[in-house]
Amino acid sequence: MSDKGKLALYWAASCGGCEIAVLAINEKILDVANAFDIVFWPCVMDGKVRDIEKMPDKGLDLCLFNGGIRNSEQEYMARLLRKKAKVLVAFGSCAHEGCIPGLANMNSRDEIFQFVYKDCPSADNPKGVLPEVETKVSEGTLHLPFFYDTLKTLGQTVDVDYYLPGCPPEPERIWDAITAILTGKLPPPGSVIGAETTVCDECPRKREEKKIKEFKRTWQVIPDTEKCLLEQGIVCCGIATRAGCGALCPQVGSPCIGCYGPNAGVEDFGARMMTAIASVIDSNDPEEIDRIIQEGIPDPVGTFYRFSLAHSSLRRSNRAGNGKPAAKEEAEVSGR
Amino acid sequence: MKEKVGVYVCHCGSNIAGIVDVEEVAKWAGVNLEDVVVSKDYKFMCSSLGQELIEEDIKKDGLTRIVVAACSPHLHERTFRRAAETAGMNPYLTQMANIREHISWTTKDKKAATEKVKAMVAAAVERVKLQEPLEPKFVDVNPNTLVIGGGIAGIQASLELADAGYHVYLVEREPSIGGHMAQFDKTFPTLDCSACILTPKMSDVGLHENITLMTWAELEELSGSVGNFKAKIRKRAKYVDEILCTGCGICIEKCPRKVVDNVFEAGIGVRKAIYVPFAQAVPKYPVIDTETCIYFDTGKCKACEKFCPTDAIVWDQKDEIVEVDVGNVILATGWDLFDCKRIPQYGYGRIANVFTNLEFERMCNAAGPTAGKIFMRDGVTEPKSIGIVHCVGSRDKNYNEYCSAVCCMAALKFGHLVMEKTEAEVYSFYIDMRPNQKGYEEFYQRLLDEGMNFVRGKVADISDVPRLPGEEGKIVVQVQDTLLGKQRRIPLDAVVLMGAMEPRFDAKELGLKVGISCSMAGWFTERHPKLDPVATMTDGIFIAGACQGPKDIPAAVAQGAAASARVQGMIAKGKVMIEPIVATIREESCSGCRICNNLCPYNAIDYLAEKEVSFILHELCKGCGTCVAACPAGAITGAHFNNAQIFAELRGILYDAMGETERVPEPAVK
Repeated sequence: MSDKGKLALYWAASCGGCEIAVLAINEKILDVANAFDIVFWPCVMDGKVRDIEKMPDKGLDLCLFNGGIRNSEQEYMARLLRKKAKVLVAFGSCAHEGCIPGLANMNSRDEIFQFVYKDCPSADNPKGVLPEVETKVSEGTLHLPFFYDTLKTLGQTVDVDYYLPGCPPEPERIWDAITAILTGKLPPPGSVIGAETTVCDECPRKREEKKIKEFKRTWQVIPDTEKCLLEQGIVCCGIATRAGCGALCPQVGSPCIGCYGPNAGVEDFGARMMTAIASVIDSNDPEEIDRIIQEGIPDPVGTFYRFSLAHSSLRRSNRAGNGKPAAKEEAEVSGR
Repeated sequence: MKEKVGVYVCHCGSNIAGIVDVEEVAKWAGVNLEDVVVSKDYKFMCSSLGQELIEEDIKKDGLTRIVVAACSPHLHERTFRRAAETAGMNPYLTQMANIREHISWTTKDKKAATEKVKAMVAAAVERVKLQEPLEPKFVDVNPNTLVIGGGIAGIQASLELADAGYHVYLVEREPSIGGHMAQFDKTFPTLDCSACILTPKMSDVGLHENITLMTWAELEELSGSVGNFKAKIRKRAKYVDEILCTGCGICIEKCPRKVVDNVFEAGIGVRKAIYVPFAQAVPKYPVIDTETCIYFDTGKCKACEKFCPTDAIVWDQKDEIVEVDVGNVILATGWDLFDCKRIPQYGYGRIANVFTNLEFERMCNAAGPTAGKIFMRDGVTEPKSIGIVHCVGSRDKNYNEYCSAVCCMAALKFGHLVMEKTEAEVYSFYIDMRPNQKGYEEFYQRLLDEGMNFVRGKVADISDVPRLPGEEGKIVVQVQDTLLGKQRRIPLDAVVLMGAMEPRFDAKELGLKVGISCSMAGWFTERHPKLDPVATMTDGIFIAGACQGPKDIPAAVAQGAAASARVQGMIAKGKVMIEPIVATIREESCSGCRICNNLCPYNAIDYLAEKEVSFILHELCKGCGTCVAACPAGAITGAHFNNAQIFAELRGILYDAMGETERVPEPAVK
């Protein structure tokens, strides 16, 4: 074995885009390979969990972990990799703040199963079979991971050293982060590696004082090419979203949807967006304000918490029993 | 370094200690809350002994933070900040937990109250540890004052300030100052002529070198804050050049268009389309009412222009926005009359000879439409009997619950005037007689002696449909006479309804413009109902007269004078302290999205185009937090209310609810 550092990459509840993003750094992947031995990367190469289990604690120099924690297996892997890695990076929006899978926190596990396995138009499940943690068959007992009621972020599960935002993180930012880790020029642990300003800073559109009378969905208008999209009534999350992407979407007339997460120092992305948007609605009449919001923003959670519901102050929709029984159940299953 | 926190729990006599186990709280805080080194309870923390207790502990135990669990910070935050300062501590390192208004006065269960107090104390302790020392700033006070409303309260305030040598901008919506007082004939209880005592003051205002009078004008916008306000005033086009106009009145005489004057003459008299509301108007210049002027309607006429000897009519005059800088603002915007048509059973608007009190004032007035003669609606017949109905729209849950304060005395005055001028029999229908100021009760006794009839009871119905013999052609007042204990039907020739005083129709709007609030009934809210009646919760904004609540002339004058005294105090001091609790934009995090630019109620936010960032002017910032909440990038921090402090406060309040199994994310750090 060489004296190179050991690198692990893991994929939990996410789409896989982050795995591709790692390769989008193109030929620089060779520099990564020069710096690290990649010892564990289930998406790309064969590897066994038991090999990781056998490693000494802190035996890994770096682990890039993408995806949120949706089930007990992912939680196990998160805890394992945390124990084995010197530096654990929550890689991408899912690990950072839950991302799209986190929107499932609007529903309970039962509701999710009901739809996915029964009500969904494409479901073909005449016997109404649902996933079970244990299934006895003639050959023995089959095991499936326990599906949690609530998706958690990596940071809500284990201590995370650094967060790399984005859905997926931009190649330049990935390379910046790897460079920072290699050279040791890092912010304090627990920080997000990224800019301290928002997408507006990178957006070339012209901004004026904002007064909005009507919100429009993207399909309703062909936006002006010069003017700030928000001022045109299109809900653009660039005002609240951490810079780093180069304002790719707004530059081509598509509003920022907030994938880079909140700016430095911000607790709750959606709350920030909502107070900001509410502040610039151009009316003092409660009924008119209500109409402007109802008509223009039919899905406030999907608009303002598209990437950050699991990471938000509320974390999920309200459940009977204040969420406590389910949390207890999860704790039992995950062996805490 | 670890902070050393002192916790002081006030009994407030039995106000707090009667429901909260204060000793238990103090003991608990000393044992359970981290970094608390001193924890005491005391009978009255706000007493000088209570303050000295804090000062001694700061010196003796080297306390670095102080928490006082007592009343609302509105009342005593300054007291305890001062105590800390006396002992050499930065005053902003103190924190109050409001356990009186928020807990002991609102909670019945003793145990629950004590537990709540613990949570509030824990919150204050967690927060105070993160508070930062702040230094207040001082800014110069602009010695000019804006007075809005030229009724008697506004006139008094303006004259007092102007006589003291300070400049006043007096803004009046109508063409003349004078307000409601100018409409009255006599004033109670002395019966001196209203115009005789008011008009000298009006002309003083008009001629005063320290008063800039703007009539036919309204406040458009107010920005800035105490000491340095900027007011935009819209001067509506009068279509009369005030430099050329001599006030000769030929234009008014020649104007062919007569219209009912619903404002000054309360609808019973007429004026012209070009007019001054009354002969002694100040200023003397007329205005053209474009809604009724024939020229503005048809493009023809111009009679006024033809006859004007000085060519003072200017057709192309436009509204003008005047900007003035002032240090303080006095609102003296007065009241509107209750719309008596809202009580249909009283017949106003349907039965000709039912009048409102303002109509009757004009009728009694020697300069009014009837030259002071009391007639029925036909304008020729003298009534043989008149009924005066009190509390029309006041003291009535269906309309206004409050007492309008002046109607009893005004009704007595009317009674006297009717009996003086006519042979008519006068009835007063009252619920309670409330002549409760100097000389008022005597006036009531005088009217009893003069033979006015008093019927104690609320009028049920006023009808012109006869039911009994003797009621034909009469107005019948149906009333329960509570002293006789029977229903009475009293046929009369005319009835006067003592309509309630109501807040100006646009008082709320004006309140929003200057940043003060209104009571449920719509009157401007004073800073303290007993101890600070003319100041408001917004520094530098004062209120005087009936805009604060129904009141008579002496009370309005007293408030006008009081408000001016408060303003003079500010001017004499010369400087005003600006709380250091202000918002700051972190330039590196500001992307210049400009969400905040329009939001600041004090116009404290500037956009620096060359840097593409927004910037907060601390002299203007009041620390309200609007921009802090709105900033989507989290680039704005409110001093004394930063994220860390607020989250610490929340953690404190939830000290016993933080679950063990849940991982609670720490607040994000940059």
